[in-house]
Amino acid sequence: MSAQPQPVTPAKSARSFDIPWTAMPFLLIVAVMVLLAVAAPLVAPVDPNTQNLLARLKAPGTVSRGVTYILGSDELGRDVLSRLIYGARISLFVAFSSVLLSGTLGSILGMVAAFYRGWVEIVIMRLVDIVLSVPAILFAIITVAVLGPGLVNVVIVLALTRWPRYARVAYGQTLSVANMPYVRLSHFMGASWIRLLGRHVLPNIAGSLAVVATLEFGLMVLFEAGLSFLGLGVQPPMASWGAMLSTGRNYVATAWWIATFPGLALFLLVLSINLIGDHVRDRLDPKAR
Amino acid sequence: MPIFFAKRLFQALIAIFGVMTLIFFLQRLAGDPVLLLVPMDASQADIDRMRIALGFDRPVVVQYLEYIGNLLLFDFGRSYVQNIPVAELIRTRLPYTLMLAGGALVVAFGIGIPIGITLAIRRGKPIARVLSGLVLAGQSMPTFWSAILMIMVFGVWLGWAPPSGARQISSIVMPSIALGLLSMATFARVARTAVLDELEKDYVRTGHAKGLPMRRIIFRHLLRNASIPVVTVSALEIANLLAGAVIVETVFAWPGLGQLTIQAITARDFMVVQGVVLLGAITAIGLNLIADLLYSLIDPRIRMGAGS
Repeated sequence: MSAQPQPVTPAKSARSFDIPWTAMPFLLIVAVMVLLAVAAPLVAPVDPNTQNLLARLKAPGTVSRGVTYILGSDELGRDVLSRLIYGARISLFVAFSSVLLSGTLGSILGMVAAFYRGWVEIVIMRLVDIVLSVPAILFAIITVAVLGPGLVNVVIVLALTRWPRYARVAYGQTLSVANMPYVRLSHFMGASWIRLLGRHVLPNIAGSLAVVATLEFGLMVLFEAGLSFLGLGVQPPMASWGAMLSTGRNYVATAWWIATFPGLALFLLVLSINLIGDHVRDRLDPKAR
Repeated sequence: MPIFFAKRLFQALIAIFGVMTLIFFLQRLAGDPVLLLVPMDASQADIDRMRIALGFDRPVVVQYLEYIGNLLLFDFGRSYVQNIPVAELIRTRLPYTLMLAGGALVVAFGIGIPIGITLAIRRGKPIARVLSGLVLAGQSMPTFWSAILMIMVFGVWLGWAPPSGARQISSIVMPSIALGLLSMATFARVARTAVLDELEKDYVRTGHAKGLPMRRIIFRHLLRNASIPVVTVSALEIANLLAGAVIVETVFAWPGLGQLTIQAITARDFMVVQGVVLLGAITAIGLNLIADLLYSLIDPRIRMGAGS
């Protein structure tokens, strides 16, 4: 990806934690969305699931029964802005927990494979190859078909589909660290494998894993929205950006605002995360430039 | 050379076998497989009858062997909802998905490659900044949003193209663009890196020294060499396009495999879902294999390091 060298002077970069000014707006977008998601009950104008059948499909700015629909209302008269704010909760929650789950699972399996070698390595890394050789959305679809849709299941599905990405990185990095003299010495001195991997290997490979996690985060937001859009993710009446887009698709001719705003929110969030991810990669992993 | 091919082929077969096995056990681990195949409101007696009729009362090993055996004969089973073979269903839908993927590939290639080349040649110039912003936007744009926006603007407001369905030839334009935008970003990035790599080579400097115009160096010499990684990435991108079609087909009501899959999930027609996913997986693995072989054919150095 385009990784232009940032002309930052050392003195300035030390003060600003090496965040170039061009990345600041995007960091701000993510921060605002996180804040809104956390404080959703406080900042949302009305309850996201309260229906008002007298105010169905109202354009942005309409006032009805004392409620101002700043971003309009949907087909059941629910406030789009409030649903948007609550939708941020779903997006961020799913992305965060699936990255955490798949990251933990993948890192452990990758480290264990590299450390134990032999048949453990063959089984784990073959499984990694198999899962990665199939487009992720197909794996997600078949898993949802088996487990059924729903908030928790989406997290499980994403974790099951994405762990190989971390496993492959953890595996490669551990292989290069495992032969370092201090790791070998620690092994000779009888350190348990948990201590060995946790104390000596993990800190050395955490940077690369963090890079993968950041880039995966944006992808997970898109995946959740995609599954919910297809009706395989978060179920109604819960507000998810993907599900809102799916409703909006049916009203493109009459109510443009229903699909436009959740899409915009999704786009801004993913774009910001990708830009930050690029930056993190350049900082932590200069080789990957 | 034959050893390398045989090795890769063997790996691909193992992967296909692995995917089949994974899907089989996923079904069993998640609970009673009969429940995946009957309607929500089926009675216990119906479920029991179904279990015996479908052979789910036999030992798992027997079921597994039969399942693998059938798949090896390209028998994807029957749709219990529509009561026709899954292969039949797939055959009627496949042409639409292939058409869509083909259209998307044209879009992705036609826009992505020129952008990538421009990004490399005009590196650091304002136009490169604008284009790289476009690429990043294309990458972060959810397909279903860009698709809906297109339906809204071009389908509803301007009325340039039919908003959905597949009744006219012009129907394919918008779905192709929506699906192609994502791969466009990939092609642009790969082309950019490939051209940048080639720009540093000696023959480009020689061309300059000979006084050849830049245009001639690029079109006559550089692009041929830079096309190697692009060709291999194309094979991998086709797999992604086929998978991405699931969402695009749903948005545009395009009657391809993706729409079939989503309808099948809603109708609890598991055999159909399994059939499409297996087909997609086999295609993806096959394309992976082709990409590897292409790469090794074009660049023999790859084969040397293939032992690891």
